[in-house]
Amino acid sequence: MTDTTANASHFEAGHAHDAHHDADHKPGFFVRWFMSTNHKDIGTLYLIFAITAGIVGGTVSGLMRWELAQPGIQYLEAWAGSGATADEASHLWNVLITAHGLVMVFFMVMPAMIGGFGNWFVPLMIGAPDMAFPRMNNISFWLLVPAFTLLLGSAFVPGGTGDGAGTGWTVYAPLSTSGHQGPAVDMVIFALHLAGASSILGAINFITTIFNMRAPGMTLHKMPLFVWSILVTAFLLLLALPVLAGAITMLLTDRNFGTHFFDAAGGGDPILYQHLFWFFGHPEVYIMILPGFGMISQVIATFSRKPVFGYLGMAYAMVAIGVIGFVVWAHHMFTIGMDVNTKMYFTAATMVIAVPTGIKIFSWIATMWGGSLTFQTPMLWALGFIFMFTVGGVTGVVLANGGIDDNVHDTYYVVAHFHYVLSLGAVFSLFAGWYYWFAKMFGKMYNELMGQAHFWLFFIGVNLLFFPMHFLGLDGMQRRVSDYADAYAGWNHLATYGFYLVMAGMFFFFLNIVWSLAAGRKAEDNYWGEGATTLEWTLSSPPPFHQFSTLPKID
Amino acid sequence: MKTIFKIFAIAAAFGLAPAATFAQATAPAPAAPAPAAEKAAPPSDSVSAASQAAPAQPEQVSDPAIANIGTEEPSDATVANATMASRATPTPGIGQPDGRMGFQDQVTDIGHRAAWFHNWILLPIITIISIFVLGLMLVAIVKFRRSAHPVPSRTTHNTFLEVVWTLIPVLILVAIAIPSIGLIRAKYSTPKPDLTVKVTGNQWYWTYGYPDNGDFEIVSNMLSEKDAKARGEPRLLGVDERMVVPVNKNVKVIITAADVIHSWGVPAFWVKLDAVPGRLNETWFRAERPGLYYGQCFELCGARHAYMPIAVEVVTEAQFAAWIASKGGTMPGAAKPASPDATANSPVSNPAAAPAAGGTEATPEPKITPGTATPPVSNQSAATSRESN
Repeated sequence: MTDTTANASHFEAGHAHDAHHDADHKPGFFVRWFMSTNHKDIGTLYLIFAITAGIVGGTVSGLMRWELAQPGIQYLEAWAGSGATADEASHLWNVLITAHGLVMVFFMVMPAMIGGFGNWFVPLMIGAPDMAFPRMNNISFWLLVPAFTLLLGSAFVPGGTGDGAGTGWTVYAPLSTSGHQGPAVDMVIFALHLAGASSILGAINFITTIFNMRAPGMTLHKMPLFVWSILVTAFLLLLALPVLAGAITMLLTDRNFGTHFFDAAGGGDPILYQHLFWFFGHPEVYIMILPGFGMISQVIATFSRKPVFGYLGMAYAMVAIGVIGFVVWAHHMFTIGMDVNTKMYFTAATMVIAVPTGIKIFSWIATMWGGSLTFQTPMLWALGFIFMFTVGGVTGVVLANGGIDDNVHDTYYVVAHFHYVLSLGAVFSLFAGWYYWFAKMFGKMYNELMGQAHFWLFFIGVNLLFFPMHFLGLDGMQRRVSDYADAYAGWNHLATYGFYLVMAGMFFFFLNIVWSLAAGRKAEDNYWGEGATTLEWTLSSPPPFHQFSTLPKID
Repeated sequence: MKTIFKIFAIAAAFGLAPAATFAQATAPAPAAPAPAAEKAAPPSDSVSAASQAAPAQPEQVSDPAIANIGTEEPSDATVANATMASRATPTPGIGQPDGRMGFQDQVTDIGHRAAWFHNWILLPIITIISIFVLGLMLVAIVKFRRSAHPVPSRTTHNTFLEVVWTLIPVLILVAIAIPSIGLIRAKYSTPKPDLTVKVTGNQWYWTYGYPDNGDFEIVSNMLSEKDAKARGEPRLLGVDERMVVPVNKNVKVIITAADVIHSWGVPAFWVKLDAVPGRLNETWFRAERPGLYYGQCFELCGARHAYMPIAVEVVTEAQFAAWIASKGGTMPGAAKPASPDATANSPVSNPAAAPAAGGTEATPEPKITPGTATPPVSNQSAATSRESN
């Protein structure tokens, strides 16, 4: 059918040029993009998908910031459609927050990091011709499309009070069961099932690829840190997502088949759902940030022209974060009324994560120390990442204290915290990776000026947007509300201005893509020079359709 | 003007966590109220006025403990002359948000302790760490930029450094964990309660039951924007029927929900606990200052999640007795036998009371002993944390 299946001759040194097909021979458009078995093409599909989802999720956050700019309900009733009741308008708000969370987590950050950059660069960095299971790779991607369609579609079918699922991304029972009649929540559950299946297949693929397809001489302890980060992430996915799948399946049967897993009236327990959800949910936040750690390590080393400091410590810090990430979940549930000893344990265990995270922060700075630094766009994003992630990390230490969380739980302080580690952590690392590898993926250099404009506007914007939320939270403003007491108006107003700056920054992001693809300078193989030492820089930009027909040898 | 100040603060804070510290010192805390004691009016009038409204319990006034409380407390004019019930007006900057950069003023011991722990231990530590990281980065950026340092070193290991930056964070975390664990322990050590209130979350309002006082229940709905304005209460925070509790008394709060999960939180008390259908969660507070304290529902509970505020009015013992009487309730020890059913000796954690039916009201707390209080329905009342003070 296609020539993309691995041909034994591709693997044999010295035979590459005798192979029947040229390494750069590409199938026709439909076969290439819709039936792909090529990790780079699938990676590109993932990136396009993630950008699309990012536009959706970002638009939703824009709607939310717009509504929150002033106290009172300004626009929701108009958005809910003519004839909508006040309750339907408020329900629409809950649909927006739910969509924003789910879209950003499952359809933007995860596909971009693992599906996009993971697919693109894990095989390249370990010197493999492709992923271990190229067809499974394809279905991993294509499962996401119906998943996303189901999620978006759920907004247009009856939910609880109005159309759509207004449960929050956590889908807590019983709000998601007895509180939401209609098919919207069922569609969300199916969307998560498909997205989860996609991620599990992807995780299996990455683990197999990394364990079995490293080039000769590339031991685990010689793998680039980005590959380490994807390996740890894949294990987290493999262990955490089945728990989510089970939990939401129980939710589904509670909703439709009269089971009472989470229904107190039938002997079930709503808190059980929270335990199951967060047993997945906490590893999930590391799933979203670990590949970012990996990318930041590559970028910092490249622009410092110096190998990563404390490589082994960096790799095993990620392993430690992954392991500890599985035993701290209940800090998301400090106010459910848990036993005092349980609360003390989760307080202490959560704080422990700060240790390996601190090792990473200090190792990045030590990598820069003594280096020869230049500050192109990827490096700016990486530097922004380190500091903003530190700020988000230390507020995490505050929140880890169960006694403090008693007051700030479910307030904007929490919103500020997780946007500092995600919107300023994960997203910054995504942009660092994007500018770092853009020309490697697409063969054209991005525009440096526009890249820097993007960074500075985005950096100032997100800080203006999220820093005031700390104050709102300390002062008691609760999460997930469309209207707030008038005293919170000032900070909210300021935050909305921050969003406008972010939008201006994103304008340069998109403009840069168009400009670079149309008129960008053709990129050489290793356009970052001596600091870029991993295997992808030994290939052309973009790499040939099939690379490493002669496997590289690592000393 | 205020906005300019805020923009300045943010700009100064750009990534600088210390902004929070400065801000807390310099924030224009609007109309910082004078300490309660200074405003105290001659209390005897208010007490007697209130006690007249509670003819059922004349002996309450002669209770020495209550007399003491009375002399310490301010008498809010509104409260004092309200014979039917109290209707305190909110004090700006107390018990409600005011746009500040820190916690609301705390009026419980736990709140003081926790806010101190945050403001004087956690906030300085995280500020110093953030500045330290930023400083290291800036030094590296300046000192090792390519024009200043063209030849990179090849250093990739320094065991001593790596051990140091592992061990020092461990020590810092231990230093945080010790007071943190102590705070949790204190929070979970419910003292002997003077009053129990059963709070039930509903879509979308709260109900407050007073099992010690004749087991009546009040329904608390948010005031409309117009009503709130008319009564001088903040929009989205004022309610028609407040939860009323006496000052300087241990109030045990039993929290549950009738439909979906809600969360009952009052920031000025440092209290927040989820209202979960099928569970009776327990917490407590002891408010040291009369006044009006607002809170909200803190767990997404459906369309009107933003519209189920909480208002707790803390009053003197006499005013409380008057309020109870106005609701048709009784003070314990007074007209107790009036309704024997209401004071039936069933422990709060009686399994029969477990479902969220809401009809089974909790009964006076002394019946709860560690031996009977720990079935699954009330898991927060961990026997280990119970001190017998």
